[in-house]
Amino acid sequence: MALLTGWLSFFITVATIGCIYGLLTLGLNVHYGYTGLLNFGHVAFFAAGAYASAIVTMPPPSQVTNASYQLWLNLPMPLGFPVSLAAATLVGGLLAFLIGLTSVRLGTHYLAIATFALAGVFGDVLVNEAWLTNGSFGMNSVPKPGRAMLSADAWQLAYLAFVAAALVGVYLVLTRLMDAPFGRLLKGVRESESAAKALGKDTNVVKLKSFAIGGAIAGLAGGIYAHYLGSVVTAQFVPHVTFTVWAAMLLGGAASNVGAVGGAFLVVAFEESTRFITTAYDWVQSVLPEALSGILPALFGPLPNNPSFVPSMRFVVIGVLFVLVVRYRPEGLFGDPAEIDALGEED
Amino acid sequence: MSANSPTDDAADANGSTDDAADATDDTGSDDLLEVDGVVKQFGGLVAVDGVSFGVEEASITGLIGPNGAGKSTLFDCITGVHDTDGGAVRLDGEPIHGRSPTEIARLGVGRTFQTPKTFRGMTVRENMAFAAKRQTGERALGALFRPGTVGEEEADVQARVDETLDFLELDHLADDYASGLSGGQRKLLELGRVLMLDPEIIMLDEPIAGVNPALTDELLARLRELNDRGRTILFIEHDMDVVMENCDRVVVMHNGQTLASGPPSIVQDDERVVEAYLGGYD
Repeated sequence: MALLTGWLSFFITVATIGCIYGLLTLGLNVHYGYTGLLNFGHVAFFAAGAYASAIVTMPPPSQVTNASYQLWLNLPMPLGFPVSLAAATLVGGLLAFLIGLTSVRLGTHYLAIATFALAGVFGDVLVNEAWLTNGSFGMNSVPKPGRAMLSADAWQLAYLAFVAAALVGVYLVLTRLMDAPFGRLLKGVRESESAAKALGKDTNVVKLKSFAIGGAIAGLAGGIYAHYLGSVVTAQFVPHVTFTVWAAMLLGGAASNVGAVGGAFLVVAFEESTRFITTAYDWVQSVLPEALSGILPALFGPLPNNPSFVPSMRFVVIGVLFVLVVRYRPEGLFGDPAEIDALGEED
Repeated sequence: MSANSPTDDAADANGSTDDAADATDDTGSDDLLEVDGVVKQFGGLVAVDGVSFGVEEASITGLIGPNGAGKSTLFDCITGVHDTDGGAVRLDGEPIHGRSPTEIARLGVGRTFQTPKTFRGMTVRENMAFAAKRQTGERALGALFRPGTVGEEEADVQARVDETLDFLELDHLADDYASGLSGGQRKLLELGRVLMLDPEIIMLDEPIAGVNPALTDELLARLRELNDRGRTILFIEHDMDVVMENCDRVVVMHNGQTLASGPPSIVQDDERVVEAYLGGYD
């Protein structure tokens, strides 16, 4: 029953979160990388999936403290798990479809603003409709499937295996879709909507499909995330998630599914590694000869003893990573420069 | 409810506006494409002001006129990019105005653009295959669950792509990205895409503008060859020699109106045309 030792536990956490962000990034890549849709509200689909899973699996409010939700299905684990994930996928896709219906005719930057705003509205709905979402208390008793049968460590490993399998599955499905004429259709709409229309393709329908597919994948990621953490709180679903996913996609290379997954792991690993900044600083100080021990404090000053220091360093790390990629490899690590040549431009 | 039936409105409002301007026109019901009193306004500017002409099946028709005459706007009206403010457009006798560009393309009107709109981030081959009609693999579920059908269709599509690229002599560029093509090659690629759509009428907006002379001859030869195979072609062009040598009929537009139309030899000698377009003599 011994808890996994520090490093191993850290790697498992990073890998699990990395897989979940990999799914999110694959979803966004359908929108932007393949269809050219500037979706800046991706977190809404993630949240929709997480809440859908929570609602179908939460126990009755009478068994939970601070509960005010009035809708729960209490599906038993582990059999309810696939149903929960199916619901998450469906709700994520449905929300994307609805947001798409309102905004998909907007071009490039207008779509970016519309999706960002609608995601904000959706976040407010999650906070305020407490009968459905339990408001800002969140839903904190989302069951972890199979947890009762396994030790804490074994469950962590088993869940990682499951998430990794889900990522591989989604990756394979997407690869098949994008290698088929369907992928060609998305790319054509990305490159020139007016040309696609002139060749008899219904671009609005294509964009709606793209929106729904990417949203469904983000919804699935949300469901997996909810059952991993065991709790769903509105504070988790902030625009920072959207921007992290964007960073992952651009770092990995838009229009590349390998890039989406690779970028997600890279970003998550870098973000998580910021927690070692203090440790690394102290370690360097301890091994440096005394004569040199003044250098780091002189360069950086003493590290602030502030609980928000490490989280805020995440932005810095991602920013530095971003600058490096944009400067030295603008197409991303796995992107094809010829393909993303004109991405995001108007006709 | 009459607002929803543009055909009636159009006929009432503009049925007779073209008579004066277009004495030689012989718009008949046997024309494949009929443009009948089409009007397009942008605010106070009347870009297309009651244009009428017909495009005979299996003909090459040239649409000429000075800059700003409204030729490209008329193309946009015919293909549904712009809603018309009056008049009618008929394909095979069926009204097509008021429909979306997508629908009009599916009904059999293929077009290119003055500035080629190739899919830059896709290969020449992908550009071409994109335009093929009725692909099962274009539907997500079809792509996932009907690999057999998708594979067979794709083999057909790729065979047609190869054939068409061969015809346009673009075959050596099949796997290059369109972003690497020259301007003339892009025009050819756009023509190729339209051929993949297999339309009833091919509308080309300045297909040889900016194309080098060798490639121009090539392109015109291809157009005549397509015409020999029974294709109907309507194209906008400025080069009078090209128009006179290659067209069965010529339509001259000026200030948004039809100035004249008919066989090249007759149009060429029309005084109004000479004055408005050819710059006049002496």
